Amino acid sequence: MIKLEFIYVLMGLMLAGVAIINVRDAKNPRRYVNAAFWGIYAVTFLVGSYLPDVVNGSLVIVMVLVASIGKLGQGVTPTTSRDERVASAKRWGNKLYIPVLLVPICTLIGSTYLKGVMFNGTPLIEPKQITVIALGISTLIALTVGVLMLRPPVLSPLLESRRLMDSVGWAAVLPQSLAALGAVFAAAGVGQVIARLASDYLPLGTPLAAVAAYAVGMALFTIIMGNAFAAFPVMTAGIGLPLVVNQFGGDVVVVSAVGMLSGFCGTLMTPMAANFNIVPAALLELKDKYAVIKVQLPTGLILLLANITIMYLFAFKRA
Amino acid sequence: MLSLIGILIVVAGFALRLNPLLVVTAAGISTGLVSGRGPVEVVGLFGKAFIESRYVAIVWLVLPVIGMLERAGLKERAHETIGRIQAATAGRVLLAYLAIRQATAAMGLVSLGGHAQMVRPLVAPMAEGAAEHSFGTIDDDTRATIRANAAAVDNIGVFFGEDIFIAIGSILLIKGFLEQNGIVVEPAQLARWAIPTAVCAFVVHGVRLMLLDQKLARTAGRANAANATPSTNA
Repeated sequence: MIKLEFIYVLMGLMLAGVAIINVRDAKNPRRYVNAAFWGIYAVTFLVGSYLPDVVNGSLVIVMVLVASIGKLGQGVTPTTSRDERVASAKRWGNKLYIPVLLVPICTLIGSTYLKGVMFNGTPLIEPKQITVIALGISTLIALTVGVLMLRPPVLSPLLESRRLMDSVGWAAVLPQSLAALGAVFAAAGVGQVIARLASDYLPLGTPLAAVAAYAVGMALFTIIMGNAFAAFPVMTAGIGLPLVVNQFGGDVVVVSAVGMLSGFCGTLMTPMAANFNIVPAALLELKDKYAVIKVQLPTGLILLLANITIMYLFAFKRA
Repeated sequence: MLSLIGILIVVAGFALRLNPLLVVTAAGISTGLVSGRGPVEVVGLFGKAFIESRYVAIVWLVLPVIGMLERAGLKERAHETIGRIQAATAGRVLLAYLAIRQATAAMGLVSLGGHAQMVRPLVAPMAEGAAEHSFGTIDDDTRATIRANAAAVDNIGVFFGEDIFIAIGSILLIKGFLEQNGIVVEPAQLARWAIPTAVCAFVVHGVRLMLLDQKLARTAGRANAANATPSTNA
């Protein structure tokens, strides 16, 4: 059976490669800081599943200190010149798109059609994690096709990964740290405290006020937690069901469906949803790490207003 | 109430523009400590959740592929491809991607997209290429604006498309939560009520993308005027 662990080992090997290239790059003054950061990250993938929790936690804290106090730097990767790229683009034409498109297409095929496939009585792929495993395998397929087609220098895929990983930097790790923060918040009961504050202090006397409080509450709580899935049970149990549905007779389907979408408006507006908002800014080499959020902010606010309107118009049956 | 200290740290940390990684870790450790747990337990809790969410990082495995192709001129090719389409502007390219992303997500095909897989190698270079064909060279700020918009379109498309599909995580979460509270609903009913917001999202963001084109044209006009002035004086 192909398990998630296999993909984690691949990821660990790639990160270890990035660390080694960094340590050997004498021209980068920050080479040891970079190598330590990616090296520890590699360890969490290679053996994280077998280490005690407290060791993993300590590794994460060391990584965070390395990145925040040590400051990551960026080396110079030997790569092709602009003229070489233009010439290569002419030579290969649309064939260059093949490996890129293989990634989503193989992920889609893998996660759809390999679900029920059995091998010697066990599922071929660990069923619960099929999309992530399919994505990992698809990148291997795309890499193989790309290497066979372009025949680049042997180390160049790894050198290029190092260029890109270093340009993303600490943001690569932020989504996982936020997931860890979410787990601590859940264990400490932060959600319940917020829901109580909201229902105690918000004016909820009319259907419109209750609808607005629920939708805005979903958005705000998502902004804090970075995740509408974390906000939904807390806010719906705190305001959605008791007030909008039970007290004012709102339709539970409309209220909960549009409530979740109000949470998504919050996701558009928060740095806490790092993998959607901060990581792409790093990946696209934007100087302002909040640039994506700034673009999304007006759309998020308008759609939140739209959601309140939709919920208010359609959740209550008119006599 | 003391457990809200983590939120306070996060808000203050982001406002002061401290390193987000440091802010988030500090918030997690302090929240754990004030909830009456010992340091070893808190660090363990943090480590466990970090390890369990490693799957979100798997997308980085695509970087060797993207890097190798960029080395071989992928961005230049995307630029060239879009240049052949006369009507293409940055805003229209992004509008087309918004429509595709929303429509495919609504069919459950959420993996046909993503910032590492599609935006960095294809969507952003095409949008930048379209702007360069319209205005000649573009400055770094304009390039950054176009890239940020490309990333935003991917998010908005998938967020307000996926809920129309009945077997997506959020719909199943709603169904499961309501069941725990003794209410049985059909996923199809929930998915139907995602449609009005999806339409609003497309209209609102589509209009904003058309306004983006106007804004880009204005900036380009100003830049050209600024370049032209010294030469007339000379």
